[in-house]
Amino acid sequence: MNKFETELLNGNFVISNCINCNQVVWPPSNYCNICHNETKWCDSKQIGKIIEFSKKNNQYFCLIEIEQNLRVLGEVLGETTPKINQKVQLKKCSYNKTPQFMFELLPN
Amino acid sequence: MKKIGIAGYGSTKFSKNEIPIEELLLESTKQVFDSTDNLSQDLIDGVIVSTNDNSKYLSAILSELSGIKPKISHTVEHLCSSGSNAVISAFSYIASGLADVVLVAGGDTIGNPGQVLEWDKTRGEFNHPIYWGSLFTKHHKRKFNTTEEELAIVSAKNHKHAIDNPNSYSHNAYTISQIMNSKPITDDLRILDCSFPCSGSSSLLLASEDTIKKFTDTPIWISGIGQKTDSASFAKNNLSELSTTVMASNDAYSMANTNPNEIDVAEIHDAFSVCELMAVESLGLSKKTESAQFIRNLFNTENRKINPRGGLIGAGHPLGATGISQIIEITQQLQNNAKKRQVSNAKKGLIHNMSAAATSSSVIILES
Repeated sequence: MNKFETELLNGNFVISNCINCNQVVWPPSNYCNICHNETKWCDSKQIGKIIEFSKKNNQYFCLIEIEQNLRVLGEVLGETTPKINQKVQLKKCSYNKTPQFMFELLPN
Repeated sequence: MKKIGIAGYGSTKFSKNEIPIEELLLESTKQVFDSTDNLSQDLIDGVIVSTNDNSKYLSAILSELSGIKPKISHTVEHLCSSGSNAVISAFSYIASGLADVVLVAGGDTIGNPGQVLEWDKTRGEFNHPIYWGSLFTKHHKRKFNTTEEELAIVSAKNHKHAIDNPNSYSHNAYTISQIMNSKPITDDLRILDCSFPCSGSSSLLLASEDTIKKFTDTPIWISGIGQKTDSASFAKNNLSELSTTVMASNDAYSMANTNPNEIDVAEIHDAFSVCELMAVESLGLSKKTESAQFIRNLFNTENRKINPRGGLIGAGHPLGATGISQIIEITQQLQNNAKKRQVSNAKKGLIHNMSAAATSSSVIILES
């Protein structure tokens, strides 16, 4: 497992940032896809907003934008119907063959 | 640039049977030999296989099985648009002069591994295509007030067209009501809104203008090509349009010196019902807000302009074969040889093939 995956297993969502231009490089990579300099590991921000969502069985799955270059598909916990642009907070993350991101709704 | 055309083709039936990939590729290749005048193994300079299968060295294996000793042979993998990209590679070899005649054989088996892109960590645990299909659908409903009925019409139309395609995996007609009441996969996707992987193979023979007359009196010319890749990760996608399709089609129209109004018939990558609506918008075949009405009108008037072979939803989706099967359909249409599926007086046709939620798209324009 790489650092991204082991950190997720420990409940930490880490991303890579360019040491030169400070861009978020997502998905994580050893090199920046803009200036090709090396990257370093950083903690991700924890707050995002809902771009779109749908539901399978009782699980809401959402496209969430944490910052401009950082979007993930994650679960929004609870039974409340999400709203577009509603803020969410990362509640839990893990790794089991794939990354797992779980968010909770924040009042707008 | 040299004119390059389609000199012959062959296809297996698409099915849910487990069939070895080598067997599938050989079957469609044999059909190319059986149906193409004056074709012999020594005339083929290149053999390109398109597939997502994990088997190794398939172009060399196919060459050996069919008795070809090509100057160029390799595999092309590009998920769902492997087939059209293999054809683009073959076109380029002929255009460059490295080859004069190239066989492109595409195929996949029902259990092929090309349905999930494990590398894409942005999808989290939601890595199956049904999740991006659901988000595209929900977004289209939200943005354009698209209804469940309008989505079901896409599937009803394409299943109906597939009945007249002898190679399609489905020959069932479904009513709009049956589709709307079919098993829900998510809140925004029903099972009959989805295309399905299956086993199948399709092959094409491409040749230069100088050579093609040896093989056919009715060559169909590749006049436009566009291919655009934005990313591999789904989460970077714009949900409002198939942006790579917009760019690829602009390049293809420009190369062919044509425009959407001149396209008589098109094969569109309807991985899910919503993809057909988004694709006709992004290709400029309908206005942005009118795609559902455009498809409804085709359905109501039994006009087969879009997806006459049944699309992916009706014909099935053996990933490496799909783009090639689409090209064969448009070739038959332009040769006035599509039998019950024939669109009258078709002179110019378009193929749209895409991968991984349209993170990349390929567009090819054919002319008679």
